[in-house]
Amino acid sequence: MSLWQTLRVALLALRRNKLRSFLTALGVVIGVGAVVAMVAIGEGAKAQVESAFASMGSNLLIILPGTTTAGGARGGFGSMPTLTWEDLKAIQTDIPSVRLAAPSLRSTGQVLSEDQNWGTLINGTTPAYFQIRNWAAGAGSLFTDSDVESGTKVALLGRTVADKLYGTGLNPVGRVIRISSIPFEVVGVLETKGQSPTGQDYDDVVFVPVTTYTAKIDAGLNNYLNGVIFVGALSPEATARAQREVTSLLRDRHRIQPGMDDDFSIRNLTEMAGVQEQGTRTLTTLLASIAAVSLVVGGIGIMNIMLVSVSERTREIGLRMAVGATQRHILSQFMAEALALSAAGGVIGVALGLLVAQRMAAGFGWPMLVRPSVILVAFGFSALVGVGFGLYPARKASRLDPIESLRYE
Amino acid sequence: MSAALIRLEDVAKLYRMGDVEVRALDGVSLEIGAGEFVAVMGSSGSGKSTLMNVIGCLDRPSRGRYLFDGADVSDLDPDRLAEIRNRALGFVFQTFQLLARTSAQENVELPLLYAGVPVRERRRRAREALERVGLGERLDHHPSQLSGGQQQRVAIARALVNGPKVILADEPTGNLDSQTSAEVMALFQALWKAGITIVLDTHEHDIATFAARVIEMKDGRVQTDRPQEAARA
Repeated sequence: MSLWQTLRVALLALRRNKLRSFLTALGVVIGVGAVVAMVAIGEGAKAQVESAFASMGSNLLIILPGTTTAGGARGGFGSMPTLTWEDLKAIQTDIPSVRLAAPSLRSTGQVLSEDQNWGTLINGTTPAYFQIRNWAAGAGSLFTDSDVESGTKVALLGRTVADKLYGTGLNPVGRVIRISSIPFEVVGVLETKGQSPTGQDYDDVVFVPVTTYTAKIDAGLNNYLNGVIFVGALSPEATARAQREVTSLLRDRHRIQPGMDDDFSIRNLTEMAGVQEQGTRTLTTLLASIAAVSLVVGGIGIMNIMLVSVSERTREIGLRMAVGATQRHILSQFMAEALALSAAGGVIGVALGLLVAQRMAAGFGWPMLVRPSVILVAFGFSALVGVGFGLYPARKASRLDPIESLRYE
Repeated sequence: MSAALIRLEDVAKLYRMGDVEVRALDGVSLEIGAGEFVAVMGSSGSGKSTLMNVIGCLDRPSRGRYLFDGADVSDLDPDRLAEIRNRALGFVFQTFQLLARTSAQENVELPLLYAGVPVRERRRRAREALERVGLGERLDHHPSQLSGGQQQRVAIARALVNGPKVILADEPTGNLDSQTSAEVMALFQALWKAGITIVLDTHEHDIATFAARVIEMKDGRVQTDRPQEAARA
């Protein structure tokens, strides 16, 4: 008897009890649907976290200046400028795993246009900063290394600042703003960057060349770099190595004895992103496991109905055997019924899961992410449930004695 | 090897019921030749059902040998027996044993399904078998839409469809009125005339009169075995 014939006989049998077959398959529908939806939601949340960290910059290390101890009171990181301009140069040139390094000197200040003003963050840096953070100009252009060398009075506006000073969507390139009464020419507006993982607006900032910043806005302390250093490593894998190398370089340069605390600290953004990701992954696994339990419950439903079906159809089985069905024929017929139920449940479940995932993603504003492998695994698992829970009833059917079965009332 | 289609040599069938050993068959030896029409008679517990089961390859003897069409089938495994039933035997039951909510045509096709006959040929042969029992007009009827006599004729068509050597009928008229019983017996006689060996068991003497040989069973043994002039149905 061909596979097709077996399947046809199974489908005919299922059609004789439409409602029952539907309810049985429903258990699997819910199980598979839950797995697909839960994994999709988890993946969406993960992608959300990933993109938030990616917007900070890729392979990013931030070096914060160090701590001081004055009269037993230990100041926090940044309480004392311990990083020097020479440190920055050394990091840039001496460490092969570092692609780029840029200073970031920050202070708050009032920025004035012709008729508006806005309190924001003034950030003195170099063009390398924008490469590290993967940040391009949306209008106009970035300032250049020669601007930094000659200390030109140019400014790059974040989108929020541009909107506040000149109105939403207008192009202020070529206009002049004043910071502490000093005129700066606007050379560009940066692309919208969005929010940091902690909800801070990246676009509420004005960038000026670092030399202009130290000359005109905040002189700082001669050799000391009164801010932080952004470091871009060569690759995600090189980030941890860069962190170790920067640490030993700075300890060496600052002459810190073994056993003493660092006078600086390094934030590894990739690591932080990893921790966050770990969190969402754990959540996804948890949700998917709960969903998988419901799939198993669906499987038990199939087994239950198949057992009922075997005992209801004992005489049919006896007759089929009498007219020549072998044990294998009976086994495959009941297996085909169980599989048809679970496969139908799987198909509908995948569709339902995708629908739910789409609705949820739209509701949360997440990207809708469903890897084909998840669908395959969920569907495969439902088939496995069909085989696993169908096997016992099918074996039971195939081992019936034809004489007893024909007499069964 | 003799020409006997069915040959039992000292066949016994023992059952255990708790501590008691029941001898359903107790040393039965008999031969049925091709083309015979045999009625097996006996009260319940006489062993006639067990005899029918053994002959029908549904049950294996505990002792003795059973040769079907010259081959020893006493020790074959269930799947080999299923193959013999499928290929060479046809069954008719007292309770018809038709699949509910399934058309007459599909009921008759059932043995061919397990013989691996392609679908077109299956349809054709099932239709022919139903025409042969006079139900050519009712191919699509479900058992619930047919009378008892018609249902039994569907069952006979099912027994015929694989071109069997023997048709085994277990109390085929037990659920039918006498008028319908006579019609069904007439059908069996027609099949017998066409060369098919028929073995039926019954406890009704009227029914047994249509056969050409009557075997009477008692306590698991053959009590009498005699030929007779088959009455015309």
